[in-house]
Amino acid sequence: MVEVQKSGALQVLVGKVDDILQHSIGDPLRYLANWGRLYSLWPVHLETACCSVEVGAAAGSRFDMERFGALEAFGSLRACDLIIVMGTVTRKLAPRLKLIYDQMGDPKWVIAMGACSITGGLYFDSYNVLRGIDDIIPVDVYVPGCPPRAEAFLQGLVLLQEKIRRAPSLSGA
Amino acid sequence: MAIQTEYDPDSDRIMAVSFGPQHPGAGHFRLRLWLDGDYLVKSEPDPGYIHRGEEKMSEYRNYIQNVPHLERPVILDSSNILFPYALAVDELMGNKVPERGQYLRVIMSEINRIISHMYFIAIEGLFTGHTTLITWCMGDRDFWIDLASRIGGARVTFAYIIPGGVRNDMPEGLTEKALKTCDWFEKRMDEYEKIFFKNPVVLTRMEKVGVLSSQDAIRLGAVGTVLRASGVKSDLRKDEPYSHYDDFDFEASSLNGGDSWSRAYVALLEMRQSVKIIRQAFKNIPTGPVRLKLGPQPRVPAGEVYARTEAARGEMSFHLISDGSPRPYRLKIGSPSFKNMRVLPHLLKNVHIADIPIIYWSLNYWPLEADR
Amino acid sequence: MSKTEAEGPPSTPVRAAVPPDAGLPSTAVPQKPAPERARDLASRITSKFPDIKVDYMREKRLKVTTPSPRIKEVAMMVRDELGFDHPSAVSGVDWIAKDEIEIVYFISSVSQAGYRNFVVALAERIPRGNPVASSLIDVWAGVEYHEREGQEMLGINFVGNPYKGHFLLPEDWNDMPPLRKDYVSPGR
Repeated sequence: MVEVQKSGALQVLVGKVDDILQHSIGDPLRYLANWGRLYSLWPVHLETACCSVEVGAAAGSRFDMERFGALEAFGSLRACDLIIVMGTVTRKLAPRLKLIYDQMGDPKWVIAMGACSITGGLYFDSYNVLRGIDDIIPVDVYVPGCPPRAEAFLQGLVLLQEKIRRAPSLSGA
Repeated sequence: MAIQTEYDPDSDRIMAVSFGPQHPGAGHFRLRLWLDGDYLVKSEPDPGYIHRGEEKMSEYRNYIQNVPHLERPVILDSSNILFPYALAVDELMGNKVPERGQYLRVIMSEINRIISHMYFIAIEGLFTGHTTLITWCMGDRDFWIDLASRIGGARVTFAYIIPGGVRNDMPEGLTEKALKTCDWFEKRMDEYEKIFFKNPVVLTRMEKVGVLSSQDAIRLGAVGTVLRASGVKSDLRKDEPYSHYDDFDFEASSLNGGDSWSRAYVALLEMRQSVKIIRQAFKNIPTGPVRLKLGPQPRVPAGEVYARTEAARGEMSFHLISDGSPRPYRLKIGSPSFKNMRVLPHLLKNVHIADIPIIYWSLNYWPLEADR
Repeated sequence: MSKTEAEGPPSTPVRAAVPPDAGLPSTAVPQKPAPERARDLASRITSKFPDIKVDYMREKRLKVTTPSPRIKEVAMMVRDELGFDHPSAVSGVDWIAKDEIEIVYFISSVSQAGYRNFVVALAERIPRGNPVASSLIDVWAGVEYHEREGQEMLGINFVGNPYKGHFLLPEDWNDMPPLRKDYVSPGR
């Protein structure tokens, strides 16, 4: 009985030490890791459909996307951590989208831009269009519009940054 | 150095590579390439990654409901794809569009042409490695989008040119802003010429690359800037004037080179002519109504019509068959990128890999428009 | 013939059935006076091929329908003698009420002065149950990709066009050709 009590107290002590360590080292580390991730989001260059002209405008000099850290790295997609699905995804592109998503390294995020990638949008009754991409890849931020203005897309980006800032675990998930 | 490689499918030097659909240089499109080391021996386009079935969808919507989805294929110059649709429906119904409406159609069409060509030239800069040009052009393009959004309402999808006229009149004070934009833009175009089109580095990379002769251009069905850069002075605004284009004084630009530089430079020349037309249109625009009231479900009599206009990329044509019901029986969109796609495997043959993005983009191929 | 009154709601059901004479277009378009060039071209074609039917003659358009086995000869004549060298588009129409598929080749002319604004529409009709037509890529090379699209959208088999796979549709498309009238879009 006394031994159980002693081990109970030990466990409580260990639990308290673990809490202190979490808050003193784990929290700042997580904050730092998330801070680093959200200010350097690298989108994959996948121009899905017509919303890509608004992303092109957002990357231009008036709406500068680069000041948010989102720089389109023209290297390999395995170095990217954001995929912006700009517009309609057709049945021909869908397996390629999944292939690209699977190849990106963790942690990765998805912005569904435009009404077509959220629900199929204007093309809901077409024979070749996926009614929303969240059946095949998990989406973090939905930016509605047809096409969303460049400022609306930037607001979506900032919203994703807020989400990353609050990510509960160190791996960014 | 002349490349003498023939495509021999049994040779073990040939490697088949996919260029796209996820590639910074390809867009929503895939090119299958057969390479022999650094030389491209054969290529084959593989479109359809953005085929959304516009033609089938238009059979389920009436003539006014068709307007929003028909302007999405080439969202860069959305007014120019609605123009032949409006002309086709007007011809079938026998509509006489008011004069002010026709002038506004011309104004919107030319502004959209400039917006589209600016995107074209910006990405030309990107593919040749000239990052100044892409930043300048994408930024300057926003001033034209501002002007168009004052008339149309949105940034890129205006749904402005509709059967019966245009959707609404232009706001007050637009003429001064437009003329100021035109003045400023002409000086900017001189700067683009100096930094890009007369730049010796760009010239080495783009001159004599991807030469298309005029006979080949005609035989393969090339349209638009591709045809005009090969020496054929064919512009539908001059040859088959629609909507009072014969009231304006402008020229069809054409060059004799047939190479990638000519195809890019023709776009700049066309932008100059567009500025001329916009100036004249704003000065001479008549007063009056801008559209005919057709109601939410116009009844179009049975008939068949083939209407075509000059969009930014080339000849956009609509084959419209009506059976008297409120919905079209058959709507066929003949988009310029689809017509120009045939030139791709003809030009992308026996070139170095480094020339591929130059040749591909100089054809101003927009995959969404080709796939519809 | 301008419409200046607003139209009220339609009194007939919206999805009207295809009328039985839907294969005969065009008397609704107001005729311009004396389409001379069209008449001249039509007479040159019909004098050489008497079994050709002229569908309509307008100021800038001419449509003729030829029997399907002769389309290549007629096309050669249109290209060589009439000077129409620039293919513009190829369209296919599913006339389900008449059990036919119509293929229309729109050809324009760039090298002939005075005909730059003219388009000749060369049409043929093939039975819906056996849609086989001859390809015209030897006549105008630019129609190749249009024919590929017609192959998969309407199920036409163009003999002479070497590519038989899918072009715009996904590779695993196993449904009927979508532009046929008996194909109903999902959700409609």
